[in-house]
Amino acid sequence: MSKVIKLKKGLDINLKGISELDVVTDTGVNEAEISIKPSDFPCIKPHLEVKVGDKVKAGSVLFTDKYRPEICFCSPVSGTVTEVRRAERRRITDVIVKADGNEEFEQFDTSNLGSKDAVKSLILKSGVWPYLRQRPFNIIADPQAEFKAVYISTFDSSPLAPDYQFTLKNEIDSFQAGVSLLSKIAPVYIGLNNKIQDNIFANVKGAEINYFEGPHPAGNAGVQISHVCPVNKGENVIVVDPQAVVIIGRLATKGVYDTSKIIALSGSRVDHPCYVKTIANVSVANILDGKYTEEESRIISGNVLTGTKIDNNGYLGFYDNGITIIPEGNYYDFFGWALPGLKKYSVSRTFFSWLCPKKSYDLDTNMHGEERAYVVTGTYEKLLPMDILPMQLIKAILAENIELMEDLGIYEVAEEDFALCEFADTSKTEIQAIIRKGLDLMVAESR
Amino acid sequence: MKAIRKFLDKIKPNFQEGGKFPKLKSTFGAFESFFFVPNHVTTKGAHIRDCMDMKRNMTAVIIALLPALLFGMWNVGNFHYQMTGEEAGFWCQFFYGLGQVFPIIVVSYVSGLFLEFLFAQVRKEEVNEGFLVTGLLIPMIVPVDCPLWMVAIATMFAVLIGKEVFGGTGMNIVNPALLARAFLFFAYPSKMSGDKVWVAGLGDAEKVVDGFSGATPLAQLAEKGQTQYSLSDAFFGFIPGAIGETSTLCILIGAVILIWTGVASWKIMISGVAGLLLTGLLINACGSDVYTQVPYWHHLIFGGFAFGIVFMATDPVTAAQTETGKWIYGFLIGIMVLLVRVINPAFPEGVMLAILFGNICAPLIDHFVVQANIKRRKKRALAK
Repeated sequence: MSKVIKLKKGLDINLKGISELDVVTDTGVNEAEISIKPSDFPCIKPHLEVKVGDKVKAGSVLFTDKYRPEICFCSPVSGTVTEVRRAERRRITDVIVKADGNEEFEQFDTSNLGSKDAVKSLILKSGVWPYLRQRPFNIIADPQAEFKAVYISTFDSSPLAPDYQFTLKNEIDSFQAGVSLLSKIAPVYIGLNNKIQDNIFANVKGAEINYFEGPHPAGNAGVQISHVCPVNKGENVIVVDPQAVVIIGRLATKGVYDTSKIIALSGSRVDHPCYVKTIANVSVANILDGKYTEEESRIISGNVLTGTKIDNNGYLGFYDNGITIIPEGNYYDFFGWALPGLKKYSVSRTFFSWLCPKKSYDLDTNMHGEERAYVVTGTYEKLLPMDILPMQLIKAILAENIELMEDLGIYEVAEEDFALCEFADTSKTEIQAIIRKGLDLMVAESR
Repeated sequence: MKAIRKFLDKIKPNFQEGGKFPKLKSTFGAFESFFFVPNHVTTKGAHIRDCMDMKRNMTAVIIALLPALLFGMWNVGNFHYQMTGEEAGFWCQFFYGLGQVFPIIVVSYVSGLFLEFLFAQVRKEEVNEGFLVTGLLIPMIVPVDCPLWMVAIATMFAVLIGKEVFGGTGMNIVNPALLARAFLFFAYPSKMSGDKVWVAGLGDAEKVVDGFSGATPLAQLAEKGQTQYSLSDAFFGFIPGAIGETSTLCILIGAVILIWTGVASWKIMISGVAGLLLTGLLINACGSDVYTQVPYWHHLIFGGFAFGIVFMATDPVTAAQTETGKWIYGFLIGIMVLLVRVINPAFPEGVMLAILFGNICAPLIDHFVVQANIKRRKKRALAK
């Protein structure tokens, strides 16, 4: 039985530079460079399975996880391993593959997918498993664990996020195939946006469908899970984004690791915000070439609240379905804290921008202040639609009090759920990094 | 603007490590960030940030305090000339009040900020903005005749013992401004209570108009069950009292600013008023002496309740930090105000003690709210 769940807490930040629908540029993957970054996956330690110069196909293993060797990270293209970049203490930062344009795929056997173990083994060896993230801890799902649910949120409510109704409208068969395959691991739950008419995901079979309404973070899987099937201690839930479900569907039907996808190119510094057809982990240089204002711009793989800063020859993050470009905020603001601030966006009404609530904003990366002690209370609570006490949880993490973190619900949260709290934080602390630190502590404790 | 920036950039190296005055780094930082919001950018996580920072937050409180402060200044002049019997116009009254109040503000800021800067420097931290509000609250809750040296000692005591020993801004248990007042109240009671301290110059006046009384309405009510001041006098603020506390109207304007901007918690204000009214009704019904028979809602406009519940109880650091806790905390303060005022025979006014009591109970209230959250989660885990 499907439910409609209305969430009141949260915030929709109205930013300039939303991608226009039905403009799709195909940048092609010929000769493109891709990079798989171990830093996209918290709590793994990469073990290289290839060396520079090796020929690989799409679906060939590049590296595995030392802690859980059955998890493979595969190349999304066919080509040659050209470089393995390392940072201090030989930590691997990038494994780079240059595509040869042949588009050869490793072929995986998709017959005999009756049992849960067969499905798991197929997903693991094909390199798709890293798309399955688990709550607790927001890390790649543990292949050995039992799961109580697979959760898919079919909409992204973050600012300037890609519209899956548009990017996946021709992929609904693959999506259905993905859902059917995942339902062999655990019961599948799908969260739909209640505001969308003729939702393309409304007729998906083999899953429990629930509807959600409200401002961001209503689209976050973690928020939806907390209302549908909350994660208790000892339980595990798999979280997959809809784009990844399509990739899983292609694996189920064609037996290949095909990551081609349509991503959003958005933000106020993009000349014509649009959608781009490309593949996972691709170098953004080709995509961005001549399409944005280069001076003093911040390129973000992902969205403005949770994405990763990259440079203009960086790579699309493994989980990211969009690139956002906004102005850098490297300037001094004369009496910025004292002036009326008609153009300054704030959740509070301390700036007079509340006079025009419908306006869209061109926000930059300035911190608008310096780090301070925690003084203001009540802000985070308005932005987190979960039964979690955010301030108390953050303080428990800072105190590294494992037992209290567990009591206050660390198993239910991910960094992204706190992104808005970080945005609105008067004390200008890095809340998502704090939450990640807490999750890492819990992982270390459980190993 | 560019000239200031150029000048700051030019002298900045002197205050960095290896410069001429590295010990004044925090001091320089405080002045630099006073003129300019710094050019710091985000690196990870949320790439965009809300424009609100601690300075803006504190500025909003100061703006909310201004109506009550300006009225308070005028009221000081108003009562002074009533006492002497001299005729004086509006501006004359105001400037007399300004002349009395301004030195107190200066002393409070100078003595408090001195310690704040010193501690920031020793701890190698930035100077926190918390004292901007505390430094203005202290002058507004003392009697106008309070000697300046007392203000200085009380402020330093409050900053040192009330705040810095706990680790500085954000770590204190009780509201520093109220601690300063409590310090004065118990250390120098003759200068903080009675009938002589609330009107400027009354303590050592040679000639006073016949029949003039400097007693606050609450002191009169406690004694006789009635006061010479009307309800509208009390609402608009034409009564003697601490500098900023008299005008309920001006405080209401401040409350609207605080609630509208989202800087202070309306939950604390509403539940505080509710706690006071319900306790007042109960006392009206059961009480026997004259003070208990004062209509319950009169307590809203006489004395310092309005100022306390709007500006002091809502201090986010010392109030309850959980949203449910805020309801309980405000309600508790409302109850305590009347208990101290009416049931306790020693003090006709009880707002200061009630809020300090609330401050001390706040962590306990939060503890129970947090435990309830934890229990709910454990129960859910068992229920499946």
